[in-house]
Amino acid sequence: MLAWTIYITFFGVLVLMLLPRDNARAARIVALLTAIAGCVVAFVGAIQQANPGEVTTIVKVPWIPSIGANYYLAADGISLVLVVLTGLAAVSGILFSWNIEKRTKEFFAFYLALIGGVYGVFLSFDVLLLFVFYELTIIPKYFLIARWGSTRKEYGAMKLALYSFVGSHLVLIGLIAAWVVAKGQLGHASLDLIELSKVAFPVAFQHWVFPLVFVGFAILAGMWPFHTWAPTGHVAAPTAGSMLLAGVVMKLGAYGCLRVAMVMFPEGVRMWQGEIACLAVAGIVYGAGVALVQRDFKFVIGYSSVSHMGFVLLGLATLNTIGLDGAVLQMFSHGIIAGLLFAVVGRMVYDRTHTRDFNDLETMQLGKLIPFAGVTFVIAGIASMGLPGFSGFVAEFQVLMGAWTVFPKLTILSGVGILIGVAYTLRAVQKGFYSDAPPKPVDHAHPLEPISMPERFGAVMLIGASLVIGLFPGLLMNWIEPCFNSPLSMFARLLVKGGSQ
Amino acid sequence: MNPVNYLQILQLAAPETIVALTVLVVLGADLTLLRGKSLAVRFNAGALISILGCLAAAAFVVIRFTNKAECDLFNGFLVVTPASDFIKVALLALTIFTILISTSAKFTDHVGEYLSLILLGTIGLMFLVSTEDLLMVFISLEFASLALYILTAFNKHNEKSAEAALKYFLFGGMSAAFMLFGFSLLYGISGSTNLREIAVGIAGKGFDSLLLVALVTTVIGFGFKVAAVPFHLWAPDAYEGAPTPSAAFIGSGSKVASFYVLAKIFTLGFVGAEGCAAYHNFLSGWTPVIAIVAALSMVLGNLTAIVQSSAKRMLAYSAIAHAGYMLLGVLSNTPASASAMMFYVITYALTTIGAFGVVTVVEEATGGDAIKNFNGLSKRAPGLSLCLMIFLLSLGGIPPLAGFIGKFFLFSAVVSFGENLGLLWLVILAIAMSAVSFYYYLRVLKAAYVEDAAPDAPVIKVPLLTFLALVLLALLVILFGCAPGLLTQFL
Repeated sequence: MLAWTIYITFFGVLVLMLLPRDNARAARIVALLTAIAGCVVAFVGAIQQANPGEVTTIVKVPWIPSIGANYYLAADGISLVLVVLTGLAAVSGILFSWNIEKRTKEFFAFYLALIGGVYGVFLSFDVLLLFVFYELTIIPKYFLIARWGSTRKEYGAMKLALYSFVGSHLVLIGLIAAWVVAKGQLGHASLDLIELSKVAFPVAFQHWVFPLVFVGFAILAGMWPFHTWAPTGHVAAPTAGSMLLAGVVMKLGAYGCLRVAMVMFPEGVRMWQGEIACLAVAGIVYGAGVALVQRDFKFVIGYSSVSHMGFVLLGLATLNTIGLDGAVLQMFSHGIIAGLLFAVVGRMVYDRTHTRDFNDLETMQLGKLIPFAGVTFVIAGIASMGLPGFSGFVAEFQVLMGAWTVFPKLTILSGVGILIGVAYTLRAVQKGFYSDAPPKPVDHAHPLEPISMPERFGAVMLIGASLVIGLFPGLLMNWIEPCFNSPLSMFARLLVKGGSQ
Repeated sequence: MNPVNYLQILQLAAPETIVALTVLVVLGADLTLLRGKSLAVRFNAGALISILGCLAAAAFVVIRFTNKAECDLFNGFLVVTPASDFIKVALLALTIFTILISTSAKFTDHVGEYLSLILLGTIGLMFLVSTEDLLMVFISLEFASLALYILTAFNKHNEKSAEAALKYFLFGGMSAAFMLFGFSLLYGISGSTNLREIAVGIAGKGFDSLLLVALVTTVIGFGFKVAAVPFHLWAPDAYEGAPTPSAAFIGSGSKVASFYVLAKIFTLGFVGAEGCAAYHNFLSGWTPVIAIVAALSMVLGNLTAIVQSSAKRMLAYSAIAHAGYMLLGVLSNTPASASAMMFYVITYALTTIGAFGVVTVVEEATGGDAIKNFNGLSKRAPGLSLCLMIFLLSLGGIPPLAGFIGKFFLFSAVVSFGENLGLLWLVILAIAMSAVSFYYYLRVLKAAYVEDAAPDAPVIKVPLLTFLALVLLALLVILFGCAPGLLTQFL
């Protein structure tokens, strides 16, 4: 059933391509219906899955037998969480780009192609297939930003595309080398992730190949110091583009780290665990610190993404159940909250005021002019700061608990990152919406257009999702926990203390 | 010695004969029946005859292929195997596509001559792939090259075309001399021109300086033909100056045949002189030589392509880079890598014809092939620019297109070679360079999809026949990418 998320989305792309060029309304409706259908399928499919702790095969047919590639779609609890996130992000992104007038049909075609690729990555259990979907997302990303973006869009788009491509090529080198070694050990060619997760790659091999594959994926997860594509890309992208970039595309990288790099090379992770944690915490603190001094509203959110994704990587580096649980939950939580923040800044503020400079925004008193945007941003900010009641709290708390047992000093440092997070969020709220600077006379000839219905729907949906998970984290934890707890799961090798000793 | 059985020769060479007859028919028809007709009519009628001839020849080969016929005439002079038959089908298909994209051309009114030269070139290439004898290799290679030189010079209104042809001819002649010199040394060492006997002849004699000279001169000769660094200097000028369909033919059909025969010469003829190109483990032989040429081609081709402003020159440098990747398949020298290389070369050839086809249309409409002439293509000709996107992304190695899966096959076969991942250094270089290549392909796509066309930009009319050929090529690129088994089962 879940496979239909991919098929429906790509079918939507086809329909959009066949639509007449000038019918923007039809394009919007087709895109929205496709995304809703995908989201519903994701929800229903996820709820129907009986045992989230096990990998449930959806479809497995031979694809290229000579290299052992299968068309293998499956899902376990982690896939379910991320598929549901993708469904939510897809729908809300379309709601927040309802006002795209320039080449609407092409915009949504690229948008849905990106979403289809993302669904594909989260459901693939064949390494080659996963890689195919992973690279498939690069092209739509590029065009969405370069064509429909703002501030230095071509630079941002090219930077993002090249970073992604370099990262995926690091992964490709590692995969080809691993394929050859695995072939020698298994006696037959295989690209099946479950089979590969049982191969004992030589330790010396894992020592160099793990960082290659991990960094390759982590570039897209915004790992410091390879994060620089993220702020520029987020700022340059159109609203829906930034929402998807922060909401799901960065998760692709983190998911690849967990599902491919860490599962295949558990010894490698143990060797590099400390380095990864250091880089993760560097990202948390650095991202937060830089966000604190930005003048551009969107750069604040862009750098905060780097900071929050640091928690995901820190959770992955803990290699204990609670840390990994937190990392996956943080992927979901950040996907929702970052989407909401970008929606407020990009759609509600920038599309109306055509400025994101705090010096200008300070004089506008937006909190009074568009109160809905102000309130939404405050709620999203609270969620982003990690206050209890929202999903961010549950996720980051677990990451820190997991990290405390392994890296106590680093955990304290990342606590500093959280404090700075509170500071930059409050600063953004104050400067962006509720400034006490003397207001400029309001231009009555060009009043700001009121917040539209699609925006309200989208905002309520995302706030609701974060709130529900914050109050009832068990909804998702029931999917995530069994994946790491079961001794039979593909992550078992990762969690066994001491590994092969 | 058996008496010569001419009927048998004719039977074995029937596909080539059919194409040769087609040449005569095309020339005759163009001179008599089509005289005084408009250029479009002449081109379409001539193309129709040529394509029918190619299809007839291909049908003959396919029937022979399904019967798994194997035959060896005159001790390797004319060898028919299922493998060579498959390559012949591919060559004929490439010729058909080349003819289809040239039907809208306006650079010449010598329609009959143009088409028949393409067909003559094809005949040369077909003979080239079905021989295991050095003399025959040389003759058919030169035969095909002569046709290519003239095709390059065919645009008489353009000085660049003549200059390019002269350059191509001079370089080509020199490379032929080198190759012949190498062949003569091989004959001197082993006493035979047959590849298998040469292998027997040089086996056990050790790697002496004479063999080294023979080896290096052979590599130089073929290096020119496949445009590998440092013997590539003719390629950018030839691609840029030649009429675009001619460049497509140079970049596709001749490449497929050259690589097939290059692999054959090295794997059959130099058995025992491989040496080793593995990291920290170099041994003199032919593989290190090819490894160096391949590495240089990948680096120089990709880095130089970045700064090109003409789409054809960019494609030329990308062809040099791709020749580097393909040489990896030659040097790792296993059945798996040979079939991976042929998959790569064939899909590359299809993609290249497609890319040149798009360039042809844009060039005819806008008067130039600069990348800025592609501005706003997605609005001016949506179908055409979608095809362009598919071709360029396949060249850049984006899944699920044929170019990606070809790279995966090729690189995994090369890494599998030998022990301890010895050739991994070359593959790492190749993958790093392929990441670079993405940038310059994306530059053209950026022009097509992101930039807006100048307000006075001419309308782009896509000729129907060319468009159909391009759509078919794009579908093939997607199909071979998603289901490579369709092609690999024959290789």
